[in-house]
Amino acid sequence: MRVMAQMGMVMNLDKCIGCHTCSVTCKQAWTNRAGTEYVWFNNVETRPGQGYPRRYEDQETWKGGWTLTHRGSLKLKAGGRVQKLLGIFASPVQPKLADYYEPWTYDYQTLIEAPLGDDFPVARPKSLITGENTKITWSANWDDNLGGASEMGHLDPIVAKLNASVRRESEEKVRFELEKTFMFYLPRICEHCLNPSCMASCPSGAIYKREEDGIVLVDQDRCRGWRQCITGCPYKKIYFNHKSGKAEKCTFCYPRVEVGLPTVCSETCVGRLRYLGLFLYDADRVTAAAATPDEGDLYEAQLDLLLDPSDPEVVAAARRDGIPDDWMDAARRSPVYALAKTYRVALPLHPEYRTMPMVWYVPPLSPIVDVLSSQGHDAEDRTVLFGAIEALRIPVDYLAELFTAGRTDIVTGVLQKLAAMRAYMRDVSLGRDGDPAIPAAVGMSEESLYEMYRLMAIAKYADRYVIPTAHVERAHELEEIGCSLDFDEGPGMYESGPFGEASGRPAPVAVETFNALKQRQTSDTAMATTESGSLTGRVNLLNWDGNGAPPGLFPGRSDGDAP
Amino acid sequence: MSTFLWGILPYLCIASLVGGTVWRYRYDKFGWTTRSSQLYESRLLRIGSPLFHFGILLVFVGHVGGLVIPESWTEAVGVSEGLYHVNALLFGGLAGVCTLAGILILVYRRRTTGPVFMATTKNDKLMYVLLVGAIVLGLWTTLVSVGAGSEAHNYRETVSPWFRSVLLLSPDVTAMAAAPVQFHVHAIVGMLLFALWPFTRLVHAFTAPLHYLFRPYIVYRSRDGRTSGNRSSRPGWSGVGTSDRDRRH
Repeated sequence: MRVMAQMGMVMNLDKCIGCHTCSVTCKQAWTNRAGTEYVWFNNVETRPGQGYPRRYEDQETWKGGWTLTHRGSLKLKAGGRVQKLLGIFASPVQPKLADYYEPWTYDYQTLIEAPLGDDFPVARPKSLITGENTKITWSANWDDNLGGASEMGHLDPIVAKLNASVRRESEEKVRFELEKTFMFYLPRICEHCLNPSCMASCPSGAIYKREEDGIVLVDQDRCRGWRQCITGCPYKKIYFNHKSGKAEKCTFCYPRVEVGLPTVCSETCVGRLRYLGLFLYDADRVTAAAATPDEGDLYEAQLDLLLDPSDPEVVAAARRDGIPDDWMDAARRSPVYALAKTYRVALPLHPEYRTMPMVWYVPPLSPIVDVLSSQGHDAEDRTVLFGAIEALRIPVDYLAELFTAGRTDIVTGVLQKLAAMRAYMRDVSLGRDGDPAIPAAVGMSEESLYEMYRLMAIAKYADRYVIPTAHVERAHELEEIGCSLDFDEGPGMYESGPFGEASGRPAPVAVETFNALKQRQTSDTAMATTESGSLTGRVNLLNWDGNGAPPGLFPGRSDGDAP
Repeated sequence: MSTFLWGILPYLCIASLVGGTVWRYRYDKFGWTTRSSQLYESRLLRIGSPLFHFGILLVFVGHVGGLVIPESWTEAVGVSEGLYHVNALLFGGLAGVCTLAGILILVYRRRTTGPVFMATTKNDKLMYVLLVGAIVLGLWTTLVSVGAGSEAHNYRETVSPWFRSVLLLSPDVTAMAAAPVQFHVHAIVGMLLFALWPFTRLVHAFTAPLHYLFRPYIVYRSRDGRTSGNRSSRPGWSGVGTSDRDRRH
């Protein structure tokens, strides 16, 4: 057993409202540069839908991920090493810009500078690739909210697969008429896989997995732009920067995670649906697990890799392998481990790609609840919900293709747990006694069901994000140590340098706002009434929530000066 | 003039090639890339690029064979000058034609595909002139040799000894001076191309990923840098200590 730590994420899809805030803030933080106009480290797809880039899940076309050889060992779907090197001069399967979209801007200048005339000036779209006038025909979320699904819905690879399956012939097909369809949102980032096929595809060896936290990164100094990773990644989450000629990918916001801050997409998530925490896994067994013969068993195999951080044997092995104690503590409190392994409600995205993805999803119950509500049923009644999960085959089949390589029994089990939580907690919140038969029906105790409810529905900031800081001999803490001259009337009281305001050493902004934010989010009262009198006598207006007047907001009244 | 062209210029070019490569590798690893334009256009690239690259690899092998291996060695294993020459012209000519066809497709693509042309720098254009020039001139020497039939100039008695003597640091200027003019021009353009090489996108050839065949699929690396977050230590704030203190763990 070789214990390694992995930062992981779980997204609770029932809470996603499809607002794209995660995508936008991520883009502002990471890919608002020339060459990355079309790059979305985080994107939100409406499912059923084609995804981004279009039809990326169709691995018969795109050749992403791993496959098994006749002898049962792992092989890149795009071919072996020699084959990959021979194809290096023109990558045989690589998405074109048209499979993403041609990024554009608008000619805003015309709006301002157009001469007076009878017609309103318009801002024409201009391609960011050619600079010419362009026609907008696609984007990263063109089929948002099932837009165009009645014509293009069948292009979703999963819909195509479901509609083509033999079993489906006697039954109904996936429908896209408004009243017969279902939908949910699927936010996607890089999966930071345990067995990444992008890494295995990279001829230069520029893509690496960090030993400490498992984050997968591209070494920009080693990448030579051979483009094989783009083919290799089945999730198409490696992008080619066409300006720098290098591959770029989601970084799991490692500069933030290292100091204990959640990723930008998590921090800004309106629905608070993202969970961050540690997994411990057995690195020695990854390849064997990824080579599990039956695709349907891959989910269980992946779950088996995750080690219980409370198990004394694991603790001893982790200590031997150099995992710090505070990381072990974080692993024990990890919300992602709880959701994935303890409660078994989080599922990996497309385990059949055999990459062992480490961004997990709680499948949405909402497609089923929506149908029930629209038909006038009580969507919080256990028997109604359980019956609907059995009866509404299409959403369940769809989710199974997405998360369990087609195993509907696993998805049904998860949905039943979510339904049980819903039904049980309704009684509790209405002041009635909880019905112990409900958790028993899904093999849970009342206590664990309630704990799961706390984690999933209350989802406090501190419970959602359990991020141990990186060990750099506590260097980052130095940034927060106050200067010894920062006392009242002392030379350092204004926290600025010798040349006036804002001169000298800048305060680390992320850390400053994080602490202010944390204080605000964990305290029950407005900031004004906390013991903030001990602050430096200055108020950061960016953190002020508008409630009350914290001390220091106004200068002190000087006695005897009044006119 | 001969002394400069065949006794001094080669060393200037070698200095530029080696020194430039070392400099570039040290200071511009971020710029060390193929700068692939496949994202913009792949239909023509799929024909032109393999044609050019496989062609030029064959041409490279041919040049190594012709320039580095002395005539006496091939004759010792029973390959006569005539046989060698026919082979060289046949395969060299074929590889050269492939290379030329490939690069012409690529240049045509570069000129006619809007985004690809926009991504073309002045540096690229200069490089293309020299590269196409070297290929065309090389094919010209082949054509002249084919035209001359058995009377063709045996460059393995002039150019090759000179090339080896340059590498051995005692340039045999007279040998090279005795070669016909087409060889002179080809060699000069070739030398200039190599002198320019480290400063163009051609550097990607030096990092041909042959180690891919041998490396493990999954790469683990320890988090580098001693600071957390994205902030590097500022000037004047470097820690006190000795170099061994910088080693982590």
